[in-house]
Amino acid sequence: MQLTAKILKKPITSALISVVFGFLVAAVVLSAAGYNPWQAFGALFSGMFAKPKYFSNVIIKATPIILTGLSVAFAFKTSLFNIGAEGQYIFAAMVVTLLGMKLNMPAVLQIPVLVLAGVAAGGIWGGIVGILKAKYGIHEVITSIMLNWIALYLSNYVVNLQAFHQPNSTGTYPINTSGYVMLLPTWKYSDSGKAFLKRIPWLKEVMLKTDVNFGILVAVLMAVLMWFVLYRTTKGFEMRAVGLNRDAAEFVGINVNRSLLESMVISGALSGLAAAMSVMGMAPHNISTLAAFENNGFNGLSVAFIAGGSPVGCIFAGLLFGGFLYGGKNVQSEIGAPSEIIDIMIGTIVFFVALSTVISKIADRLAKGDASHA
Amino acid sequence: MEISDAYAVQMRGITKTFGSFRALDHVDLDVKKGTIHALLGENGAGKSTLMNILYGFYKADGGDIYLNGRKVRIKDPNTAIKHGIGMVHQHFMLVENFTVMQNVILGSEVTNHLGVIDNKKAREKVMGIVEQYGFSVDPDAKIEDISVGMQQRVEILKALYRGVDILILDEPTAVLTPQEIEDLIGIMHNLVKNGKTIILITHKLKEIRQSSDVCTIIRRGKLIDTVNPQKVDEETLAEKMVGHSVKLIVDKTPAQPGETVFEIDNLSVKDRRGLEAVKGLSLKVHKGEILGIAGVDGNGQEELVEAVMCLAKAENGTIKINGNEIQNTTPANAVKNKISTIPEDRQRRGLVMNFSCEQNMILEKYNQPPFSKKGILRNGEVRKYTSELIADYDIRPSGCEAMPARGLSGGNQQKLIISREISNDPDLLIAVQPTRGLDVGAIEYVHKMLVRERDKGKAILLISLELDEVMSLSDTIAVIYGGKIAGTFKQGQADEKTIGLLMAGGGQNAVNS
Amino acid sequence: MKKIVAIILALGMMASVTACSSGSSSSSQASSAAASSEEASSEASGEGKSSDFKAAMVTDTGGVNDQSFNQSSWEGLQSLNKDTGAKVSYLESKQAADYATNLDKLADDDNDIIWGIGYAMAGAIGNAAKQNPDISYAIVDNEYDEKTMPSNVTGVMFRAQESSFLVGYIAGKTTKTNKVGFVGGQTSAIIDQFQYGYQAGVDYAAKELNKTISVSSQYAESFSDSAKGKAIASKMFSDGCDIVFHAAGGAGVGVIQAAKEADKYAIGVDRDQSYLAPENVLTSALKLAGQAVEQVSKDAIAGKDIGGKTYTFGLKEGAVGIPEDNKNLSKSVYEDAMKIQKQIIEGTIVPPYDKTTYAEFSKK
Repeated sequence: MQLTAKILKKPITSALISVVFGFLVAAVVLSAAGYNPWQAFGALFSGMFAKPKYFSNVIIKATPIILTGLSVAFAFKTSLFNIGAEGQYIFAAMVVTLLGMKLNMPAVLQIPVLVLAGVAAGGIWGGIVGILKAKYGIHEVITSIMLNWIALYLSNYVVNLQAFHQPNSTGTYPINTSGYVMLLPTWKYSDSGKAFLKRIPWLKEVMLKTDVNFGILVAVLMAVLMWFVLYRTTKGFEMRAVGLNRDAAEFVGINVNRSLLESMVISGALSGLAAAMSVMGMAPHNISTLAAFENNGFNGLSVAFIAGGSPVGCIFAGLLFGGFLYGGKNVQSEIGAPSEIIDIMIGTIVFFVALSTVISKIADRLAKGDASHA
Repeated sequence: MEISDAYAVQMRGITKTFGSFRALDHVDLDVKKGTIHALLGENGAGKSTLMNILYGFYKADGGDIYLNGRKVRIKDPNTAIKHGIGMVHQHFMLVENFTVMQNVILGSEVTNHLGVIDNKKAREKVMGIVEQYGFSVDPDAKIEDISVGMQQRVEILKALYRGVDILILDEPTAVLTPQEIEDLIGIMHNLVKNGKTIILITHKLKEIRQSSDVCTIIRRGKLIDTVNPQKVDEETLAEKMVGHSVKLIVDKTPAQPGETVFEIDNLSVKDRRGLEAVKGLSLKVHKGEILGIAGVDGNGQEELVEAVMCLAKAENGTIKINGNEIQNTTPANAVKNKISTIPEDRQRRGLVMNFSCEQNMILEKYNQPPFSKKGILRNGEVRKYTSELIADYDIRPSGCEAMPARGLSGGNQQKLIISREISNDPDLLIAVQPTRGLDVGAIEYVHKMLVRERDKGKAILLISLELDEVMSLSDTIAVIYGGKIAGTFKQGQADEKTIGLLMAGGGQNAVNS
Repeated sequence: MKKIVAIILALGMMASVTACSSGSSSSSQASSAAASSEEASSEASGEGKSSDFKAAMVTDTGGVNDQSFNQSSWEGLQSLNKDTGAKVSYLESKQAADYATNLDKLADDDNDIIWGIGYAMAGAIGNAAKQNPDISYAIVDNEYDEKTMPSNVTGVMFRAQESSFLVGYIAGKTTKTNKVGFVGGQTSAIIDQFQYGYQAGVDYAAKELNKTISVSSQYAESFSDSAKGKAIASKMFSDGCDIVFHAAGGAGVGVIQAAKEADKYAIGVDRDQSYLAPENVLTSALKLAGQAVEQVSKDAIAGKDIGGKTYTFGLKEGAVGIPEDNKNLSKSVYEDAMKIQKQIIEGTIVPPYDKTTYAEFSKK
């Protein structure tokens, strides 16, 4: 019993239980709508794993939301709620696209310049929130929601400027190919590349039919780096102290406002990096007029939340999310269930994570029941 | 004891657990009608929990409650009030910008047949109670304008207005000046004379002996004893309360003050509402001296500390340590200038509760060698350092280096802060309410540490709301009132009454009620 | 504090989840649409009309319930299923980055023909066609360069200028203020058809009535921002226009709302949009993508060589036009419009479809 209680108290357990509940609720909804849930889940998983290239796509879809997840999680460590990851992403995507389109340097220069531009753009967009918070105490949720909309409309405005707009399309021109970060983007379409890939069918599928890119490596690296910064450096120590108890941090002489600003800049930079990786690593390599938010940032919120703010957890939560987003389409095309089912499932999981206190309550009760028997 | 209607309250076998912590274990309590019954125990002993069960705030896991010999079920405070039980909490629940009258009738207004508040009738009723029990309160004064002692009377009035027969007072004297305490005891006696029953929750031995007819002692959730406080001495009570013998008097040699280390001159600080809370305050602390500031809460103590720590703006005046002015710089600068502070609210200001003990231990030194190098923390050094301090200061449980600070008891949390601040080797150590919420054993320890540091030649500024503490610990006593030092005495120069008067804003001879 | 944060988080999540689904209009509709597809495919096998042919489509970011051409195209595929027993399915795109992966997914499912709905997918369809030469691809609203287009791609275009000309003519005949308006989505060749066809129709009516009618045109620069569509139309109405035609997808829904609030007329597009504001929709310029999708798919089933060329659908093919019932339209105007329709079908009137052809048309 004590052991059960202990296991139940682990954050990962509540995340897993939430996932299970998410599936259960989805099963109920599916049954109510007249679909066979097993078939639907089968379709979901085959959509994620049936072919190597599917899994490759899951990873590709997961990459930006792992990074925005890290972004949200980082800010959360200093008790900041970065609901503005979406806007930071949009603003950075815009900057990266424009630069990538107008600059045409050799890849060794083009790629770092674009990545840094994205990081800087996201950092600036997050930094604005940080400054307003540190200087004037304006709540970050308010400012970042506003900045999300500003980014959205700014981006839409820029997309439709003559200089960038691709005629007869809804988007801009794509960035120059020197800014691509896919794995061997030109070689794989060359004759020698094709000839080589022909011998390994699965690799050919993965290479030619998906935008395999370096983004996931960057995301994993960032998760590790973030863990290191938070738990092994004095900066991270400051930020966590500020996050856990701002009053005490202030009292012992930590510059709280600077810490908040730094945290927002870093958080924004991670969202910017997510945008850079998407634009540079995946078709269509441009930005389009956005009807609504694409949720790259908002999904990051869910990812960070499911991961319980843990950097490494974000990788897995991001993959789970990417899997749902990509594999979920298979539910639609294979058994005809609407994609909303997947949205309901994700919503339910997040909902149950939010209710995870209930699980620790159950754990308490178990522990207590045990104690009273003793 | 038999269940009988000679008792206002009888509790039988009350049990309550929070999580895995057993707060109350089969506690019985018998309160005779028309008596003042004290509940004595250390912080966390369970006395407040027991009363919160009686008042319907908590639900007991087991046990029964009898009122006047009849078994009752009290499911919430409303039921408690209906049964004639009232409670005055440590923190008052008054509407600041309402008048006394409005606060008293709030929630049980007398209305006429149209549903409109009948002020005249309500006023008659309130004034009747005021006269009957000899309260001197102005019914039309606003709460924010009256003293804490008055506010407490309003709380009592509120309960009486609701027709309460049993009144629970939770640590009522914590915020009062000695004179106000005397007045309160007078009121309590008056109430009992008029047939009311009072249950007094406290950990102050002296007051129990002054006020109570019966005293029940609770320790770690268990009933220890019920005694007649007039017949036992304070040492015995204290021993029953903590479970071992304690020394109530601080052991120290006369001070050997050296040169001035710390000097505040004509300091003015505004509080959060923008009102001047510290008004031209000046003081000096010497090496090897404990300067104690006595005063009632809210007379500028908090703002004074915040200004010294550079958390609040000094509107005027200077703060000098070792001759360097530090006012209006940064908290980091204050720390750098060798000021260390044991903050009043250890959970809010002193510790990051979710950090481990070792992380808390380096909260001020994380970016100094050997704890970090080029921005990277060196966990081995941190652990080594923490382990030494844990051993030196006997912080328990031993081996708590990686345990979150919230897992420690209040006393050990305080030890953690004290060890951290003292190991900064400060020139000035500020201790604000260093023993708040600690049990007698821990208090003794904290006092010993402060004296030890004084003897090492440190300057110590003690700010406490407990007059006994200031009087017994300080070499020099300064009384703060209205943001100014109202008087300074060497230890032994002034008695409790003189100081108490100054604390209440009176001159040496004048009485200000 | 922690609790508050948790609550805010939860709210944020909810916001993001609702945002997810806001692309398509309502889940109940979605499930009913999907349910009917399920029904349809089981029915198909039941009736023994089953065929091995598989047709699928990828929606643009508007989603399958966009009240516009995605929905219409899906209805076309469903009708195809009913008529021929072909298996049909769709995949929704939530972002532009989904186009390529969705097309690839459908290629894996052994579809015989894969539709891309909307010119935004032109590039993605081109790439997919190159990678899967055995599969037929078709795209609505896009025309590739005949010389370079892959032989397995079919373009489907509409002569929307024809229906636009008709509604322009109707607007010209109906306006009392001699001021009418046009709200476009994003500037593109497709929307040019609507704008210039409409202007020419208005001019034609003005000439007939021997007066001048001005047309003000503005773009929402979005196919989905209904608030912007509404703002533009409201401005037009307050400037004296009494009829506004929109070719702006979801943004146009705002145009119709504005008409309702100003109690003026709007002209719908793509589908008969009178249900959005029965009293305030004068008529609609129909563009029945579904009909085209169904027809081209049937050609493919019949084994016709559809690749490498562009189909164009107009009044003659019955893929554009105006609804038969228009309760707000006077009978005489409708009858006049039908005469014009006949002339267009016969080729006596050739409505312009861009700036140059409009200039030529105006000279006549």
